[in-house]
Amino acid sequence: MAIPVIYNLRSVRQRPVSTLFTALGMGLVVLVFIAMMALSRGFRSALVATGSRENVIVVRSGADSELISGLGRETAQTITGMPFVARTPDGRPLASPEVYVLVSLERLGGGDALVTARGINPEAFQVRKNVRIIAGRMFNPGAPEILVGENIVGRFAGTEVGGVISFANRDWTVVGHFAAGGSAFESEIWGENEQFMPAFRGEVFQSLTFRMRDSGAFQSIRQTLEDDPRLPVDAHREYDFYANQSYLLTRILSFAATFIAGIMAIGAIFGAVNTMYAAVSARAPEIAVLLTLGFRPLGVLGSFLFEAALIALLGGLLGCLFSLPLNGIVTSTTNWQSMSEVAFAFRVTPELLLRGIGFALVMGLVGGFFPAVKAARQPVVQAARQGTIA
Amino acid sequence: MALLEIRNLSKVYQRDSQMITVFEGIDLDIEAGEFLVLMGPSGSGKTTLLNLVAGLDKPTAGTISVGAAEVTEMSPRQLAAWRSRHVGFIFQLYNLLPVLTAYQNVELPLLLTHLSKSERREHVMTVLEVVGLSDRADHYPRQLSGGEEQRVAIARAVVSDPTVILADEPTGDLDAKSADEVLTLMQRLNGEFNKTILLVTHDQRAAERGHAVMHLDKGVLTG
Amino acid sequence: MKYARLVWVNMTRNKRRTVLTTLSVAAALFLFVSLRSVNTTLADAREVGSESRMVTRHAISIVFYLPESYYQWLVTVPGVRSVSWADWFNGIYRDPRDFFPNFAVEAESYLAMYPEMVIPEDQKRAFLDERTAALVGSGLMERFGWTLGQAIQLRSPIWAPDREWPFTIRAVYTPTNPSFGDALFFFHYDYLYEGTSRRAQPGWYVLEIEDPALAAAVAETIDEHYRNSQAATKTETERAFQTGIVTMYGNVGFLMNAIGLAVFFAILLLAANTMMMAARERTSEVAVLKTLGYSDRLLFALVLAEAASITLIGGLLGVFGAKLAFEGTGFQGLGLLPNFQVKWATATAGMAIALCLGLASGIVPAWQAARLPVAETLRRVG
Repeated sequence: MAIPVIYNLRSVRQRPVSTLFTALGMGLVVLVFIAMMALSRGFRSALVATGSRENVIVVRSGADSELISGLGRETAQTITGMPFVARTPDGRPLASPEVYVLVSLERLGGGDALVTARGINPEAFQVRKNVRIIAGRMFNPGAPEILVGENIVGRFAGTEVGGVISFANRDWTVVGHFAAGGSAFESEIWGENEQFMPAFRGEVFQSLTFRMRDSGAFQSIRQTLEDDPRLPVDAHREYDFYANQSYLLTRILSFAATFIAGIMAIGAIFGAVNTMYAAVSARAPEIAVLLTLGFRPLGVLGSFLFEAALIALLGGLLGCLFSLPLNGIVTSTTNWQSMSEVAFAFRVTPELLLRGIGFALVMGLVGGFFPAVKAARQPVVQAARQGTIA
Repeated sequence: MALLEIRNLSKVYQRDSQMITVFEGIDLDIEAGEFLVLMGPSGSGKTTLLNLVAGLDKPTAGTISVGAAEVTEMSPRQLAAWRSRHVGFIFQLYNLLPVLTAYQNVELPLLLTHLSKSERREHVMTVLEVVGLSDRADHYPRQLSGGEEQRVAIARAVVSDPTVILADEPTGDLDAKSADEVLTLMQRLNGEFNKTILLVTHDQRAAERGHAVMHLDKGVLTG
Repeated sequence: MKYARLVWVNMTRNKRRTVLTTLSVAAALFLFVSLRSVNTTLADAREVGSESRMVTRHAISIVFYLPESYYQWLVTVPGVRSVSWADWFNGIYRDPRDFFPNFAVEAESYLAMYPEMVIPEDQKRAFLDERTAALVGSGLMERFGWTLGQAIQLRSPIWAPDREWPFTIRAVYTPTNPSFGDALFFFHYDYLYEGTSRRAQPGWYVLEIEDPALAAAVAETIDEHYRNSQAATKTETERAFQTGIVTMYGNVGFLMNAIGLAVFFAILLLAANTMMMAARERTSEVAVLKTLGYSDRLLFALVLAEAASITLIGGLLGVFGAKLAFEGTGFQGLGLLPNFQVKWATATAGMAIALCLGLASGIVPAWQAARLPVAETLRRVG
């Protein structure tokens, strides 16, 4: 027969400060865990959202980022003429040969950051379905005009519509802002490739991104491109290419989250052990009564584990509650794999909240185990005698 | 002038909205070297009176003086310092610290003095000798019998050579033989060492050991 | 000190509880020291740069190269004593995870400009005389178990990605100042230049100036001179240049501090809870001590001393545990935190935090002990 839950609730209520402190301590651990994971998830999802599975990005062979790539004009023309490249209704290839450079801009609030400046052609907005202009207008071909991704608007001087940003010996007028579904594109500056090319490195593109006519045919497309002796290139699915750039930092953040939350958890578990031992000794007479009434030791064990889980659940919920305001806060860092500044938002997902609560429950159960065993093993006579003294 | 003078002492408690008068307008004198037994049923205010004398509680009205000290006039800090030199307290439940040995328990009041370690040792061993427990110095309370525990508690009460010893039902938790030993010991302290003792009890055997007996009942003190 | 035993017996009265609390404080301090050391390591990285050296890079950003021809003019700029240049090679040894910084430098002038690197004279000669020779930091030698004269190969995704670059380790340096780093790898720019069919160009120039006070004037002169050329420049002191790189990490400092604060409060709650439990169990003893003449102030101090002893012992374990653990494993944060070390200042700060934890967790129980009404407590117990 199970011991009524009301015993636990009453016990928890009898020691409100102790219970609350233990739960709050666990809550802070859960908060740190969720916050770190939300940071890691936010960064990763920004880069994962950048690429599409229907697109192919072509870079110089051996280049693991666009920065160190280079493609001649002819190479780009050869590829865009190939039959597997999707086309617009009026027959133009859905492809964007792009200039990719990093410009050093001063952050508002101090310090330089390397911001990606990407020279695109007008088809880029069709190649990438998730990109749309949210303020102002598209740049005019031939004009020194640029678009700014919404995540860096307000982080650097001159990023407002109508503002002016200087780089490469020229002044560029911001004519619009664009959104890109929270992806890393939102941390970029976009201009026309034909304008950027002479301003930066001369007659060379860094990458070519195109839509596949049949996205299932990627392997054969890749084979065709990489085997072509005229083309010194590597082809990647766009999705994989950008997702791979998140690997290093995601790994570091996940490692940090595990390391920090793990060590904090040790402290919190010890706290739970103390609290539960105190609960067990405070209720020695009650346990004696339960055992003499015929409740089984296993029931006592379960009852105390349940109580520990209850405190942990409270802590987990508090931690989740504290972490909610973090959701959506935008922060930025340099992605060392691409050397570029990436702004991204903390992502506190329901799944992460559940993991936080799960984490709390594990802490509670681990912390409650030995005290619960002690309670269950308590000899009836001893428990009763302790009762008279207490 | 008496060693201990109680004048017009009153104690009123407030419990919820009710005022409860423990006693009102009590006068009492105890001469130096006296062994006074105060009797009364439980709840009559005996313990309250002892606490007031020791300065552990504040009276509603009235004054208490012990020797030159005006107990009712002192600040908490002065009271603590005064207690450490002039009051020895003995409890019904001995109240030894379970984590300390008999020796260490007796040494506790001496830690508050400027005595050196070796001087403290000398004092502690002397009083343990007097209470007949020098061979038990390194035992913990749980290794002692009730009577032995109370004798250690008595040693602790007298080790700093206090002006007055206050005992609150010291035999209340003891069997007849142990109680007899404890009372004999207190008589010796009074007779041999000239200690002034105020003993509160409702044990008739205890009452017989004092020089004088007074009764406290329904807030009234009678000789 | 005569009260030490009283504090000690109270601590050891419930050994399990005290040990667990001590260990949880140790865990917290271990974490605090780790987080704090990330910040100090980053702060140190900014200090590496000298005020008497300057860096000239491409105005757009460091990823653009400068013409070799700039050297001829840069040496003539008033106030400039000598000029050298370098490139980021981005060489990979075995696996990208074995990351370490490696540079192609104009060796002779570069070594002359960096007295921070101490190199035995014969090794320096051997390095300068051989085109494929490498100069390696002592820490890096240790990390990979390299020996002098050993041949190793690097690959570079930037420079001629299809080939392996063989090097022979000819010299080992030890830094005069630990924050300079003992895990860097240098080789000859000439080797890079020839290996890339003469396509390589300087990534940045390093200038030694006669007087740090001239820095602003020198920067102005140089950047003005190249303003309208095909490669405009940006010149700043080496320290400013390093600071710029460190700020690219983003707000790591804030993140570390925020986590540190959460850790502090979590452990404070747990430690305070323990102290309150411990104090609650001995209210009657406190009352007894008061009847013996123990003053409120003394009892307050005794409880605080007990709490502080627990957290200070935990602090010692955590702080020095961290110091030993990181120094023993040579932790470098996957190469992103070179010269990671737990400084004595950090260890001291950790112990101060431990003390604060103790005082903060003990203050409520200590106050309760001091305020305890004796008569009432004794009546309740008796």
